[in-house]
Amino acid sequence: MNIHIRNISKSFGSFKALDRVSLDVPAGGLLALLGPSGSGKTTLLRIIAGLESPDEGVIEEDGKDVTERHARQREVGFVFQHYALFRHMSVFENIAFGLRVRKVANAVIHEKVNELLHLVRLDGLGQRKPSQLSGGQRQRVALARALAIRPKILLLDEPFGALDAKVRVELRQWLRRLHDEIGMTSVFVTHDQEEAFELADEVVVMNHGRIEQRGTPDDVFDHPATPFVMDFLGNVNVFHGRVENGRAFWHGIPIDYPDYPHAQAREACVYLRPHELDLVRANDRVAGTNGSGQRSLLANVVRLTRNGAVTRVACQPHNSIGELHVDIPADAARDLSLNPGEQVAITPRKARVFVPDLEYVI
Amino acid sequence: MKPSTRHPATAPTPVAAALVAAAVAIIGLVIVVPLVSVFYEAFASGTAAWWAALAHDPDTRHAIWLSLTVAPVAVVINTMFGVAAAWLVARFRFPGRSLLISFFDVPFSVSPVVAGLALVLIFGRQGLLGPTLAWLDWKVIFAWPGLVLATTFVTLPLVVRELIPVMESIGPDEELAAVSLGANGWQVFTRITLPNIRWALLHGIVLANARAMGEFGAVYVVSGHIAGATDTMPLRVEKLFQEYRTPASMAVASVLAGLALVTLVAKFVIERRLESESRELELARSIDETTGLEAARS
Repeated sequence: MNIHIRNISKSFGSFKALDRVSLDVPAGGLLALLGPSGSGKTTLLRIIAGLESPDEGVIEEDGKDVTERHARQREVGFVFQHYALFRHMSVFENIAFGLRVRKVANAVIHEKVNELLHLVRLDGLGQRKPSQLSGGQRQRVALARALAIRPKILLLDEPFGALDAKVRVELRQWLRRLHDEIGMTSVFVTHDQEEAFELADEVVVMNHGRIEQRGTPDDVFDHPATPFVMDFLGNVNVFHGRVENGRAFWHGIPIDYPDYPHAQAREACVYLRPHELDLVRANDRVAGTNGSGQRSLLANVVRLTRNGAVTRVACQPHNSIGELHVDIPADAARDLSLNPGEQVAITPRKARVFVPDLEYVI
Repeated sequence: MKPSTRHPATAPTPVAAALVAAAVAIIGLVIVVPLVSVFYEAFASGTAAWWAALAHDPDTRHAIWLSLTVAPVAVVINTMFGVAAAWLVARFRFPGRSLLISFFDVPFSVSPVVAGLALVLIFGRQGLLGPTLAWLDWKVIFAWPGLVLATTFVTLPLVVRELIPVMESIGPDEELAAVSLGANGWQVFTRITLPNIRWALLHGIVLANARAMGEFGAVYVVSGHIAGATDTMPLRVEKLFQEYRTPASMAVASVLAGLALVTLVAKFVIERRLESESRELELARSIDETTGLEAARS
């Protein structure tokens, strides 16, 4: 079932949670709403579920306007952030709830609930109380409970937010497989980009009640549409420079920027991702250029931090006060055997330029 | 509960010992000794005399029966009001909400006698609704409905006050989850809300019942004090005492005191349950993931 969201606005008092948001979710898709807290992602999810009603706008499911339809009739499975399990009921009764209120026959309920318990790998735990389960198990009970009513749409609010890192990774791989098996339209909310990128077909980045960008994980990561997206995706070096004649300059190093062909110079922000910078020891090269004649930036190594397979080199450029971070493979770092204080030459492989105001006009 | 578990390093000092002794002395003097003396006086001439004083005096019998009917009716009204009002206040934000919450406390701050007088001014023969009630031939003041009204008024805050904090701490998510699973309003209330608040509700009911049984001031004003007709147990105790029938008075008083002790035990048991429920709620919120792995891996 596809979902069409048209010009949805929602305010809480003077706070504008959603500002004319439009979004299409294709049938069978798995979509992530990614954004910081207060960006409106959870409000949008609750509006799709019918748990909040929008001030303006329309929601259609398969072309039918469901904006005024009560949450009870939406046939949407909703997994709450803290699971909201019925604490006085057993796991079995939690999962059976949606069927019980539909007056499904007892024998059918038993069969379906046991099937679901098996699906979420909680066989034999049906008689436990939610308080006797771990976080990961509770999460799966919440999921089974939502799936029991055979929803056309599955909505998950920060589904892994309350879990520790290891369980989180396992559960999201499992959830991805489950989604592919069942094949229903799913939307989940997260503030964790790794989670969004790993799990979703498409990522919608939200900020201040608006959609900043929508695209596949590759799209969003490789071609961030706005400075906010670039910033939010994290780990980025930001520098202020200028742009003129289709080129931006970062410490005198030219970067192509055909979107601004004008001769009049303007302020611009240059975004450099740590893993998109090359780093060599400076005394191996002619100062100021790298091997292929391209200009590079000289800097001093401040410290080295090992993070798994990657070593982060924090550098201090000679003519700048800000630190510059460069990520290089840990093996390469070992071969280089850099020490703090040594001079290095840094060349951007790729950079992204944003000119304030201009980006929004294009 | 026990301060010693929170400050295990603190040994009892002379000051602490003196304070404990003072507290015990005050409780003994103000609560235990008077209560024991009520039972002592009531049974001074033996159990048979006690039973005769209660069972063989038709006015006393009527007073006990009246208390046992007025109090439950007032409690039922309070329970319905309390649940509805607590739900309204805990689940919705609207202008005037905090003003409404303070209004729930009015019966606690107004003297019961004043409350009784107010009811007479409205429902009495010369009162605001007097002519209407006379035309309908309904007797409220100096009759059973007046007693129920007065008792309901003074016990009004007890149930709602118990429920508001509990409903707020539980939050609306479970109810919303039930709605999204297809439950209607009644199903949400009976299957989710009510089981979640049951101990707090019972606690409020027990307190309201104890207060209803013992109410004197407001009931005194609206009852007209008619023996065999509108005298409740507390009014009967006072009347017998004024008539110098102290042993009979003490016998009725011992029944009231006995009810209070039963309430105390019930309250204790329920509070234990409430505590363990709120601990469970905390447990349910603090997530322990370590054991969630094995099933996800398979």
